[in-house]
Amino acid sequence: MNIQINNLNHFYDGSKVLSDINLEIMDGQILSIIGPSGCGKSTLLRLIGGLEEPSSGEIIQIGSPPLDSLNAMTYIFQDFALLPWRTVEENISLVIEDHSLSSEVKRSVIDDVLDRTKLKDFSYALPKQLSGGMKQRVAIARALAVNPAVLLMDEPLSALDSQTRELLLEDFVNLWSRKPFTAVYITHNLSEAVRLGHKIIVLSRRPGKIIETINIEKPIADRRLIDKDLDEYQKNLWNIMHDEARAADAELLNV
Amino acid sequence: MSKKKYNFNSSNNRNINRPVPFVGKGFKPKSRRWMGYFVFFIIIAVLELGTTSGVISSLTLPKPSDVLATMIELFQSGLLFKHLVPSTLRLIVGALIGISLGITIGTLIGLFSYIRSGLVPVVAAIFPIPKIALLPLFVIWFGIGEGSKYALIALGSFTPTVVATYGAVDNVDRTLIRMGQSFGLSWISIVYKIVLPGAMPGILSGLRISLAIAIILLVAAEMLGAEFGIGAYILEAGSLYDLERLFAGVTILSILGITVSVLVTMLEQKILKWRV
Ligand SMILES: Nc1ncnc2c1ncn2[C@@H]1O[C@H](COP(=O)(O)OP(=O)(O)OP(=O)(O)O)[C@@H](O)[C@H]1O
Ligand SMILES: [Mg+2]
Repeated sequence: MNIQINNLNHFYDGSKVLSDINLEIMDGQILSIIGPSGCGKSTLLRLIGGLEEPSSGEIIQIGSPPLDSLNAMTYIFQDFALLPWRTVEENISLVIEDHSLSSEVKRSVIDDVLDRTKLKDFSYALPKQLSGGMKQRVAIARALAVNPAVLLMDEPLSALDSQTRELLLEDFVNLWSRKPFTAVYITHNLSEAVRLGHKIIVLSRRPGKIIETINIEKPIADRRLIDKDLDEYQKNLWNIMHDEARAADAELLNV
Repeated sequence: MSKKKYNFNSSNNRNINRPVPFVGKGFKPKSRRWMGYFVFFIIIAVLELGTTSGVISSLTLPKPSDVLATMIELFQSGLLFKHLVPSTLRLIVGALIGISLGITIGTLIGLFSYIRSGLVPVVAAIFPIPKIALLPLFVIWFGIGEGSKYALIALGSFTPTVVATYGAVDNVDRTLIRMGQSFGLSWISIVYKIVLPGAMPGILSGLRISLAIAIILLVAAEMLGAEFGIGAYILEAGSLYDLERLFAGVTILSILGITVSVLVTMLEQKILKWRV
């Protein structure tokens, strides 16, 4: 299933947040979105996921989500959004309980995602017992459990320290390599963007519009933490973003 | 000038070694359980000494040992249960009605803005009424028997529960609700699996207040018209100026209050295991 965004504009209380966005999210690929803070990245993601409606323009699903997908557009949140009163396993089961699956199917779905995210030994732990990286793994497992057509990730790693971030980044790459999924990956971290993105778009400061689109051909499984091929892209992106970031930083917030 | 004494750029003081002074002392609440027993013991010992020696006149305070003897006698004669059983029953029935209604209405207020706009002013209007003033009205509505007592205790525990519950529902982490919606959970599931468990800490701390108010109203209701019950017992002792029995009754009330509070704590520890 592809997703196409045509002439999208979005306003909050009369002030423009997103301006003339045209974009196609390709099936089985990861799209990275970067941009200065407050430029409307999270807003764009909420619009794609249907948590809000765009002021104008359209977001179209081309083709239908796979039949076994329980929740086509699935979020992974920056702050994990785990229910603290449920164990790891119960947090995952939360999102499939509402579907009429037999208990064996449910069991096997849970076991499968626990296995893929290496959480087998933690299935009875409560969130308070887990480190930040582990919590985000649980959130990833929960998202995978519904077999999403598109994973929507809003800075999923920015609450984590840089070593944990690198580990989880590798996990993402492994998960994707074993079973490619479609994803929109929002970040303000350039190296994450070039590590994961098949395509990277850069948004300008508010009102966010697309000022650059970059495609990276190198297979994501072959990309590394220190990678000469990616450096070029990263430098390039930084040059584009530099002035935007400075301007955005100097702006007064209207809160 | 005391330059010699306060030598700040002291490269010549290198050979003085001493540990960094510890300044992080205090301001850490710790549980020192024995301290509570100790204070109780001191108070009772002082009273006992004061009353036996005559420093405290027997018209002011009874001897603690006499109060204890009265309580033992109360227990042995079976009279204790004659008073305690109806009181506990009233407390349980009244509080149960008030609290369960309170949680239901509070949740509805938290979830629906029409209900909120309609009911919050009503709750705000009945909250500050001293409920005891309504007892005569309740006697007319529900009769002189148990009904009016249940109603009084129920109303008294209802209002704080409502306020605590809708406050707790308001405070449930919105990102968790967003998460539920983004995964396509049904409305009912979001309420039962996210909103209510998330509101539980607030509801339980409201329970503490509601139950304390329930005990106060229980005694008040029993004082105004009951044959048996702790309140009736205390009132009778008071009108006969029987200080031993008066204090025995007050002690029983205090024990009842502590028991309720311990029960709520146990409930919290069981239900809120997940809390950090
Ligand atoms: N619900 C809302 N109502 C009004 N204004 C909003 C709302 N949500 C976001 N905004 C405003 O829209 C702009 C874009 O917000 P958004 O959260 O999408 O930015 P972002 O790119 O995700 O920023 P960050 O990098 O800080 O996460 C901000 O200026 C924000 O203040
Ligand atoms: Mg954001």
